[in-house]
Amino acid sequence: MIAAVLGIDWRTLADAFALGSIYALMAIGIGLVFGVLRLVNFAYGQLVMAGAFALALASQWGWPVWAGILLCFAVVIVLSLLMDRIVFRPLREQSPAVMLVATFAVAFLLQSIALLWFGSLGKIATSLSFLQRPVTISGVDIRKITIVAMVVAACCLVALVLLLNKTNVGLHMRAAAMDFQTARLLGVRANRVIASAVLISGLLAAIVAVMLTVQTPLVTPDFALRDTIVVLAGVVVGGMNRLVSATLGGFAIGFASGLLGGALPTNQSQYLPSFVFAAVIVVLLIRPGGLFSRPGQAAVDRV
Amino acid sequence: MRRTAAAVQLLGPVALVVAAALLGTLVSRSTETYFINALVNVAIVVALYLFIGNSGVLSFGHVSFVALGAWTAGVLSVPVSEKPAIMPHLAGFLRDTSVGNVPSLAIAAAVGAAYALVLGLPLMRLSGLAAGIATFAVLEITHNVLRYWETIGPGVTTFSAVPETTGLLQAGVAAVIAVVVAWAYQHSRFGRLLRATRDDPAAARAVGVSVYRQRLIAFVLSGALAGFAGGLYVHLLPVNTESLYLDLTFITLAMLVIGGTTSLWGAVVGALAVSGVDSFLAEAENGVHVPGGTLDFPAGTRIVVVGALMALVLILRPSGLTGGRELGLGFPRRARI
Repeated sequence: MIAAVLGIDWRTLADAFALGSIYALMAIGIGLVFGVLRLVNFAYGQLVMAGAFALALASQWGWPVWAGILLCFAVVIVLSLLMDRIVFRPLREQSPAVMLVATFAVAFLLQSIALLWFGSLGKIATSLSFLQRPVTISGVDIRKITIVAMVVAACCLVALVLLLNKTNVGLHMRAAAMDFQTARLLGVRANRVIASAVLISGLLAAIVAVMLTVQTPLVTPDFALRDTIVVLAGVVVGGMNRLVSATLGGFAIGFASGLLGGALPTNQSQYLPSFVFAAVIVVLLIRPGGLFSRPGQAAVDRV
Repeated sequence: MRRTAAAVQLLGPVALVVAAALLGTLVSRSTETYFINALVNVAIVVALYLFIGNSGVLSFGHVSFVALGAWTAGVLSVPVSEKPAIMPHLAGFLRDTSVGNVPSLAIAAAVGAAYALVLGLPLMRLSGLAAGIATFAVLEITHNVLRYWETIGPGVTTFSAVPETTGLLQAGVAAVIAVVVAWAYQHSRFGRLLRATRDDPAAARAVGVSVYRQRLIAFVLSGALAGFAGGLYVHLLPVNTESLYLDLTFITLAMLVIGGTTSLWGAVVGALAVSGVDSFLAEAENGVHVPGGTLDFPAGTRIVVVGALMALVLILRPSGLTGGRELGLGFPRRARI
């Protein structure tokens, strides 16, 4: 009904929902690592980019689809564990601001390595392009990837909720996110809980890489850079302190930009980023803990 | 004693800037550009240092002041006769006015300061991660608006027909001005108060220092310097919104971090050292002759090297090459600035 009022067709609505789902997964990936390390990983998009290049190369070499996806997962997970070991671990004692600058440097480093390796024109990942074709559901053409994205995101969410609530690793992660020092005193192993958070975050990056390459088959070194910036904004607006609010923030910003980007004419949607980031500033000033956080839970200190 | 130390803290960075400018006069015309660029970078990094170094608050947003300064100086410097061709949608006042080189730089600095004041009024309440994200949002908004709002500038197209007045002399003098301003600020009452809030916010507030007001003063001054540097930049090369965005933010922050965030000496050393490495690699990307053969790196090597350097410095020596200390006279003293 809302869709009819705003003059938005069902297809745009479904696409916006799918984009929101993908962004929600990225938000979880960023939020999990933030929970245990208090580190905003600016280089998250470059993990996605690496996975996308793996897919593109696999399709160029003529590998079957499953092998390409396997390669993508392997590359992203190895890279994220390496990132944790080489950069994050030595910096653990530093302030969040220093760590943010460090991940900024890593992001640029990875992006320019990709530029050196693959050139600025990028590569095309074609192996999954059949998902671009539409299916008709009660008279509405919806691309298969839209449905796949929503289903995959829902499955990931369920798996993650089970993991966090029903397993020991999940319990440790939640404890570490709440109070790292106390958790360690009670016997949670710091390196293991951080490694598992980084691992899950890498898995999610790989899944996002697969879905984003279907949506945009042309993979360039700045692939997923814009998405990461927008998701980071969404995570902050939602509230970094709790995984649920970060996820909601990621979903909301993806859904809103998908909807507005699809519905507004170009001469209005070009200023969309300005409004999104102005909203980020306003939220940071008024509710530093985020829109979806519980009141009285400020994630950031105010002076 | 104290006066000598203060003089050394000023003369060290100034001597380094002058040396770089003099070295620039000795080289070929094409290499000279790298030296001019390095001096403009000094101005930008000193502006960054003035706020980040003294306040301890991170800012990803300073390139917005550089961009706005470049837009201001650029739009005002293009001759009136050429404006309709390059910027057909310009507002009336901007369309009919053109000013000289020095006034355009002064206005760029004023606009930078005004913008910093408007932004700083709400934003200076934030610190830590929140400040980082909020200033990043400022960069995104500024980039987005400058890119599409053709009433105030060329939009996506590259700035052309701006008189190229930033030579070695202008860049050198400007870098010295930036250094002197930063030095004067950090030795003033305001600079000392702000550093007190950086080192111990609770104690500073307890003795009645307004953290918010001190940060705002530094932010505005730093915005003025950044706008000024932006003016220099547009008078040096044809810029567009993309050249005043993420890459410049990254490289100038890298310069500050590599040199040492908490000292003026570190800012100048970092800016010149990284510019040197960066220029050499930029040359090498086009093929450069060295004793024993030709170096030929593929495009993109620069950022890989600078990014790796920055990550290494952050991991191995978080206080930067200079250790974040000012230049001293060579005998160990208690740190005093």
